[in-house]
Amino acid sequence: MSFINWVDERFPATKVWNEHLAEYYAPKNFNFWYFFGSLAILMLVNQILTGVWLAMSYKPDADLAFGSVEYIMRDVEWGWLIRYMHSTGASFFFIVIYLHMFRGMMYGSYKGPRELLWIIGMIIYVAMMATAFMGYLLPWGQMSFWGAQVIVNLFSAVPFVGEELGIFIRGDFVISDATLNRFFSLHFLLPFVLVGLVFVHIVALHKVGSNNPDGIEIKKNKDENGIPRDGIPFHPYYSVKDIMGVVGFLIIFSLALFFAPEMGGYFIEHPNFEPANPLKTPEHIAPVWYFTPYYAILRAIPSVMGSAFPGVVAMGAAIVCFFFLPWLDKSPVKSMRYKGPIQKAALGIFCVVFCVLGVLGVMPSTPGLTLLAQVCTFIYFAYFLLMPWYSKIDKTKPVPERLT
Amino acid sequence: MKKLIIALMLFATPMLSMGASKAHLDSAGVDLGDKESLQRGFKYFVNYCLSCHSAKYQRFERTANDLGLTLEDVKQNLMFTADKIGSTMDIALDAQEANGYFGVTPPDLSVITRARGSDWVYTYLRSFYLDDSKPMGINNVVFPDVGMPHVLWELQGWQEARFKKGEDGRMHFEKFELVKAGSMSTEEFDGAMHDLVNFMTYLGDPSQMERKALGVKVIIFLLILFVLSYLLKKEYWKDIH
Repeated sequence: MSFINWVDERFPATKVWNEHLAEYYAPKNFNFWYFFGSLAILMLVNQILTGVWLAMSYKPDADLAFGSVEYIMRDVEWGWLIRYMHSTGASFFFIVIYLHMFRGMMYGSYKGPRELLWIIGMIIYVAMMATAFMGYLLPWGQMSFWGAQVIVNLFSAVPFVGEELGIFIRGDFVISDATLNRFFSLHFLLPFVLVGLVFVHIVALHKVGSNNPDGIEIKKNKDENGIPRDGIPFHPYYSVKDIMGVVGFLIIFSLALFFAPEMGGYFIEHPNFEPANPLKTPEHIAPVWYFTPYYAILRAIPSVMGSAFPGVVAMGAAIVCFFFLPWLDKSPVKSMRYKGPIQKAALGIFCVVFCVLGVLGVMPSTPGLTLLAQVCTFIYFAYFLLMPWYSKIDKTKPVPERLT
Repeated sequence: MKKLIIALMLFATPMLSMGASKAHLDSAGVDLGDKESLQRGFKYFVNYCLSCHSAKYQRFERTANDLGLTLEDVKQNLMFTADKIGSTMDIALDAQEANGYFGVTPPDLSVITRARGSDWVYTYLRSFYLDDSKPMGINNVVFPDVGMPHVLWELQGWQEARFKKGEDGRMHFEKFELVKAGSMSTEEFDGAMHDLVNFMTYLGDPSQMERKALGVKVIIFLLILFVLSYLLKKEYWKDIH
């Protein structure tokens, strides 16, 4: 006890522990959807640890990179496990994040006073996409090379400065050794930026308090000690519950990791087992699955006067829309439980459309599929742009005083 | 800007050329538990593949251990290109020279089954046919105009392909006819190719048997841990209503 006193006089250890765990009051009605926050942290830690160990044997060199991955897979002790934990982990990180975002949309967690919390989360999502994109170049397979070529070319579509911008990003006129080196450097840096952002995300969360499936502010109803009547301390209640969530998640993660690490070509694409060859374009270039909804939107927008810039803008806008959700949603209630049929249908349709776009982004485009992608793109943007209107006219149910 | 348009055209016109090469693939019947098949496949691989193609990420010693062969056996019978048991399966053929011989550098085969698929490789190896219009007099149904000669002709013999005009007006592959028998019957040859592709599937990811075995243990452990963590949670939560 004297040791902790000694520390507390120099560092607020007990204070931090209490404020963020033992005396952080969370609503008592968290359901299944509330596992994904802690699972996202688990995946971030997994990616950083396995990534650091991979970097001990990986060589960011156009001549050596492909071979060094095979060296890790074959000659490094437990290298195959570390590599598959990293590659499967990347896909599962996105699965977790997409479900985490869906939770926020379902229960209105982005609404006041949690606007900033939501925006920090969206910045994390964008940083994650940048990290994943750069990481996918590192195995230096065919899809690494051509996927990066296509995505960097998107920046080249920017009018006037595009050409220069593309060269600035690549450090060369094409994807090359120079690009591989800088992507490796940034792929190592960005996860630590992510850690910082996650820290800010949690600080913001603990300032405003967690939302819950009912969308009721538990802080509005406190007992004589100032403790929310519907709140329970995060530790031990949610720490033990999250342990259960982590173990359950690890079972599903292990099924993929040990029995289907390629996931039929979706987690690791088949052409990526051929070394990058700048002279040989694969028959069909598709980004990894977690980017495909945006990629489908990019392809759906026809080019104007030979410039694909409108498609690039639409793709960017598709991500930017999420940032404005707190102000687009005019509904008087937060949670889907008390929102009316219009908003329920809107979110349902949006999810379907997002998934359909994801599937379309993997497939080669045909005129029929392009039309479908265009319809889906239209609905995608309508969901956001019409929200101020339909969320206002929607009939809502009365929200109870206390959690149900 | 132009690069982007070119890049986008690559998506807009994908797989136009695929129609012709999308041949029906036979199942290779991969069974990595069959050690004897893997050993025979290793033998075929070393004898027929590993002079033009390398498998430079894989080591002889590792292969011997995984396949249950003694190091001495492998050293005596299967190492033509290297003298140290710990060396990788590299080849002496120079890539530039090979390009001159075949018009293309024979690809490294370490992960070829992961890039192409085991069924593809199995079907490809059995689909060479005589074609006078080609410089080497042979062609392949699965990989048209392939640069690789039919190195397995001694085993399979020579076959001709029969094509039939389809409803779309294009010629479609119908069947093979053996015109000169090899040292193996068709069934024997298919069995040998099954062994070879089985080995190459192992070669693509040599830790996969170990991985699946470990996976079973990990999941059993996690299932038990899940029950315990559930009971722990229930115990803590029993007074929350």
